[in-house]
Amino acid sequence: MSELGRYQPLSYFQLMEVSLRELLVEKGVLSERQIAETVDDMRARGPERGARVVARAWTDAAYKRRLLADGSAACEELGLDVPALRLIVVENTPAVHNVIVCTLCSCYPRMLLGLPPDWYKSRNYRSRVVREPRAVLAEFGTVLPAEVTIRVHDSTADMRYMVLPMRPAGTEGWDEERLAALVTRDSMIGVALPMAP
Amino acid sequence: MVAAEALFRPGDRVRVMKAYPLGHVRTPYYIRGASGVIERLCGAFANPEELAQMRDGLPRRPLYRVRFLQREVWPDYRGARGDVIEIEIFQHWLEKA
Repeated sequence: MSELGRYQPLSYFQLMEVSLRELLVEKGVLSERQIAETVDDMRARGPERGARVVARAWTDAAYKRRLLADGSAACEELGLDVPALRLIVVENTPAVHNVIVCTLCSCYPRMLLGLPPDWYKSRNYRSRVVREPRAVLAEFGTVLPAEVTIRVHDSTADMRYMVLPMRPAGTEGWDEERLAALVTRDSMIGVALPMAP
Repeated sequence: MVAAEALFRPGDRVRVMKAYPLGHVRTPYYIRGASGVIERLCGAFANPEELAQMRDGLPRRPLYRVRFLQREVWPDYRGARGDVIEIEIFQHWLEKA
């Protein structure tokens, strides 16, 4: 490569994003500052938010009941802003394991997990996890007993999903902060289990 | 009327319509024609097929979570017999099974 670097033309969607953004600013619909702040805000959101919710549910049975009944309201209790009635939390048990996908695009609980990983948006994951979930989970190192029911959730419309994983054995007496450190992003998507203590 | 009336209740057996309209549709191809059970009513939401045409999407349409048995969705499904898939489907895509 020369000292001039390599010229990379904008892709179709990059060009569309720039054009739309500039038009919105030019027409006074949004300011550059608002856009920058929103992007920063999105980048600041990460899976530690979801992990806090999970750790609270593991230590407080009443909170867990509220979380499963109304995910959005329970997140609000922890100061997390989740659009009303839009979050469904699904609980893993010894008999049922949940996993989340969006086969149509890349719907994802961004308010709790941040930006989705690239594999979540890939055609491979989206097309395969609905029809061979056990094979896909095994590729993530998650092998479940045959008697466990796998429940795949395809987020096709207005709801968003988060998995409440099972609390790992050997964490009796742990506080929320210590527990939250075991809760990985992938365990809240349902392709993995929380870390072992 | 801002929202259409919900016609189904949890436990009802329903079939997804086997239709192939053009445009922005949130009913995946793989589930069209399949039968399942209503798991819950999620609420009523603006119709995405209309929103995509720059219309208001009203009246809002009831949206359900429907549970399907994997072995009925994929004839060659290899996994536990009880494995299921749950999908959000708008009422206008469902009929009584």
